[in-house]
Amino acid sequence: MAEFNVNLRGVGPVSVIDVKGYLDAHTAPELENVFNKLLDQRQYKVVVNFDELKYISSAGLGVFMAYVETMRENQGDIKFSNMKENVYNIFDLLGFPILYEFFKEETEALQKFSS
Amino acid sequence: MKSNLNSSNKIFEKELLVKSTTDNLAKIREFIKAAAAESGFSDEVVGKIILAVDEACTNIIKHAYKYSPEGNIFIKIKLENGKFTISITDEGTHFDPNRVPEPNLRQYYQQKRVGGLGMFLMKKLMDEVKYSAPSENKNQVVLIKYLSS
Repeated sequence: MAEFNVNLRGVGPVSVIDVKGYLDAHTAPELENVFNKLLDQRQYKVVVNFDELKYISSAGLGVFMAYVETMRENQGDIKFSNMKENVYNIFDLLGFPILYEFFKEETEALQKFSS
Repeated sequence: MKSNLNSSNKIFEKELLVKSTTDNLAKIREFIKAAAAESGFSDEVVGKIILAVDEACTNIIKHAYKYSPEGNIFIKIKLENGKFTISITDEGTHFDPNRVPEPNLRQYYQQKRVGGLGMFLMKKLMDEVKYSAPSENKNQVVLIKYLSS
């Protein structure tokens, strides 16, 4: 069984989603649930911390594509931080760096929201 | 299973049959990981092969079987002369790969479309990707990676 965990925490006005383990077609709905919860709460500023994410497939990437526009329409965004090289390479193959901001550290992504 | 581990001209075949459920994706990845590592690919290339097979099987579960859990996914791996071949066969709805356009991320983003990325990734990650219909009720995708690449 693929292990995947998702945790949501608030840092000031920003919601930080920690993703851990394996994000695939089986586990992507858990991440969608978190994004749906954020929309319900009208929380549109999101940082996803990938520090403990080991694996991602296009089903996981699709979740970010499905929600980013709504976040941006509401003066928010989805920013990424702490991504391992093997995971970043998949985002890169699909051209994500043109459309999303990636940061080495979570604090840098948080600062970008306050600037 | 034939095995000849003492030379670079290693030969083997392995098979896995699973039902079309997304919780089997982890099992499929483990199976592919062990075979690709045994074949002598680097960790980086093993990772690419695992993802390509995950994408192929995810497409079968979603599109060929439309999330029905009773379908069969049959995976056969063959290593011969440095050619690592993964054949994945299903008995679901026929799929015409020529009708899937290459994705344009910016367009996808504007249209909120989230599918179609799997096939694109498979082509990027593998040396060859071939689709066929070996019999009337079967579809097959063959993924190939060469040890020298």
